[in-house]
Amino acid sequence: MTQIFFYFLSGIAIASSLLMLFQRNAMYSVLYLLVCFFAVAGLYIMLNAQFLAIVHIIVYAGAIMVLFLYVLMFLNLNTQATFSKSNLLRIAAVLTGGMVFILLFASFYQTQLTYVADSLHAETGSVQTLGKVLFDEFLIPFELTSILFLSAMVGVVIMNKKESSNE
Amino acid sequence: MNNNGTLSQQLITIPLENYVVLCLILFSIGIVGILMRRNLIVVFLSIELMLNSINLMAAAFSSYNNDPAGQAFVFFIMVVAAAEVAIGLAMLVMIYRNTKTLDINALNKLKW
Repeated sequence: MTQIFFYFLSGIAIASSLLMLFQRNAMYSVLYLLVCFFAVAGLYIMLNAQFLAIVHIIVYAGAIMVLFLYVLMFLNLNTQATFSKSNLLRIAAVLTGGMVFILLFASFYQTQLTYVADSLHAETGSVQTLGKVLFDEFLIPFELTSILFLSAMVGVVIMNKKESSNE
Repeated sequence: MNNNGTLSQQLITIPLENYVVLCLILFSIGIVGILMRRNLIVVFLSIELMLNSINLMAAAFSSYNNDPAGQAFVFFIMVVAAAEVAIGLAMLVMIYRNTKTLDINALNKLKW
């Protein structure tokens, strides 16, 4: 049962990410990636990482993808822009990706993954445990991320200011 | 812990290797997307996909090793990804304003 669910979710993730690549319209690409992100959120739940699943849906599906869709609508690309690369470049890209996969897979194949099978705790990924870890061990990085967000926000506003206002 | 045994069994029925292979496949798809597409938005989406696959792998390792620090790390990666998307999309809008296209070849002056 769990195995069927895992293969189902990973099949959805891989298929939708492949479909994302081969869409002509960028809007459909964004929507297919959204499907992929929901499948990944399901995989997080299967890993018993509830907190990450919730944050993943909120941040990726809720914020990042909406930002992408907003920019796409904002730019108003109704010209159906089809920048097609030459077939040679396409084949080269697929070959390069395949070779990277083979390289990674070979190095993975040589590795002995170790994990303790009989002492897995159910609350490793729960909100309680992660809250304790975030506010105890990782308190300073957690606070630094707020500064990162603030600087990102300021950077975005400054970057997209109209440049005509130079007096 | 009363549900410890069922969770262990559930995690063991899907070995960690499956998660790793899935993440490698998603990462390679992301690389193909970056190299193949010329639409800036799709290139950006592929970068997001690669970040996601790495996040999933970190979460899998953390779950199987019973270490919540890995999932805290994934949380920080998500935060940085959100900031990165905000900055990147701002740059994309700026590029569109200056070149009136989202074709990556409009930026071929950056090649050398």
